[in-house]
Amino acid sequence: MSDKILEIQGVSKFFGSVIALQNVSMFVRPGEVTCLLGDNGAGKSTLIKTLAGVHKPSEGKYFFEGKETLFESPREALNAGIATVYQDLAMIPLMSIWRNFFLGSEPLKAGPIFDIENAKRITREEMAKMGIDIRDPDQPVGTLSGGERQSVAIARAVYFGAKVLILDEPTAALGVKQAGVVLRYIVEARNRGIGVIFITHNPHHAYPVGDHFVILKRGQILGDYAKEEVPIDHLIQMMAGGADLEQLQHELAEATGRGS
Amino acid sequence: MTDERVRQMSLANRLLTRPEFGAFLALVVVWVFFAIVAFDNNFVSWVTTAAILNRAAPLGILAVAVALLMIAGEFDLSIGSIVGFAGMAIMLLITPAEAGGFGLPVWMAVLIALIITLLTGFFNGVLVMATRLPSFIITLGSLFIFRGLAVAIPRLMTNRTQLGGFEDYDSGGWAAAFATKIEFGGARFDIAIIWWIVIAAIATIVLLKTHIGNWIFGTGGDANAARNVGVPVAKLKIALFMVTALAAFTVALIQATQLNSADSLRGTLKEFEAIIAVVVGGTLLTGGYGSVLGPVFGALIFAMVQQGIIITGVDGDWFRVFVGGILVLAVIFNNFIRQRASKR
Repeated sequence: MSDKILEIQGVSKFFGSVIALQNVSMFVRPGEVTCLLGDNGAGKSTLIKTLAGVHKPSEGKYFFEGKETLFESPREALNAGIATVYQDLAMIPLMSIWRNFFLGSEPLKAGPIFDIENAKRITREEMAKMGIDIRDPDQPVGTLSGGERQSVAIARAVYFGAKVLILDEPTAALGVKQAGVVLRYIVEARNRGIGVIFITHNPHHAYPVGDHFVILKRGQILGDYAKEEVPIDHLIQMMAGGADLEQLQHELAEATGRGS
Repeated sequence: MTDERVRQMSLANRLLTRPEFGAFLALVVVWVFFAIVAFDNNFVSWVTTAAILNRAAPLGILAVAVALLMIAGEFDLSIGSIVGFAGMAIMLLITPAEAGGFGLPVWMAVLIALIITLLTGFFNGVLVMATRLPSFIITLGSLFIFRGLAVAIPRLMTNRTQLGGFEDYDSGGWAAAFATKIEFGGARFDIAIIWWIVIAAIATIVLLKTHIGNWIFGTGGDANAARNVGVPVAKLKIALFMVTALAAFTVALIQATQLNSADSLRGTLKEFEAIIAVVVGGTLLTGGYGSVLGPVFGALIFAMVQQGIIITGVDGDWFRVFVGGILVLAVIFNNFIRQRASKR
């Protein structure tokens, strides 16, 4: 379908004898959030890196804007409009927000002179558009909370023209409130017409913002569900692997029963 | 919402977080100390001020370049050796053929020596980037290599390690540009002070007002992150090694014109003095944080202590003890205020 901005079909990735991904297909449309859910070791990282141009698929096809594509490097993917915000970010704590925001893409006025006023103004404006009031863009990024740092990284990707935003566990290390900030940001990015791929192992974070949910387990796609077709309980159960969870509940109930 | 977590910092706190603030305070303290202790020795005078500035200028020129390199996260321990190497290169090219030199006109000798010296910086930079070894190790090696060359080549060609007579040749304005003394208040100020100010001003503008400055901070803060957003980290670092070599060349030229000679051992220990000035000036040893103004204050403190000890008649042997002590104190103090300021 032409309205899918990014799509992979039947992608496998092998590392020697290890099958990291097998026959994985997924897509994202502009203005939609595709949630990629999976437990630890499900192959999420390999899949992200494949989407971001770090790994080349061993098998399968990669489509971007309807054309079959093979990115040679993350830089190439970024130039095409696929921005990846990794968990450990690419933020430099000792540098101010505006210096971080424009690092590597500084606006210039008159030769090599950095257009600092504009850089500060744009930083403040872009953060404001995303719903965060940065009163002082001179603050070092190191003084921001984890959620705010994620927000700066996302705002930067959006400002520099990302068409697809891949977010690697942006809420994993955050408290409830901070995670909320990042989730609002994700919705904001989606409303601006960006295709968002949101990777998480927390269905409670995925469900409120996702338009459809891809569940990855042991390197394979367990299912791809639109929000309407799947209630959150079902999602949680599938993620943990239904039978396993029932077994666990059973065992816990027994253990609790014995205890009382 | 998170904006209740984004707080406005007070003016005092902002001042405290500036890298050069600690060095500025230390400078004031050291000056007041000697102004009281050495008042009878004429510390507060134009003559003493000129002596301090004349001492500080060559060190300050080196420190400014070293600061940019250290903010970008690299060391250059070979800069003192390059001073000796560059001085010998200039004089060897000027020295007449019958004395074992090349007998070139001064302007050509200076130009060729400049190119050779820039190549030493290029050599350091490329080696560090290609091997991915710490620059500390690589430039420790080149400290010996360039010093060795500065001794061995002139000895081989002229059988000497000191080459004099710069004033015997028509210097075509070089001597005037780098060795003029400016009379003021009955004291003689070296023109090198003006070079120092100009170089520091240019470095400040580059660091704070250009995209290259942003790259320098970013590269020192996290080279991988910088590379990922498109900063040409390797090119930048190689260029900065060449800038430190250029600073060493400038100092060598100042000394060759002022003293009318070159000596293979000139610049010995200058690499450490420059690093001391930079670190006292508030630059983080690990890179990513610092300023140009800080090392300027650092070089002033260094020269002030040196001059203060000389004129108070304290045995000069104690100078190193003082300098080492000041280094340690300054680093502790800088760390303390930086942590305090960023936590509050």
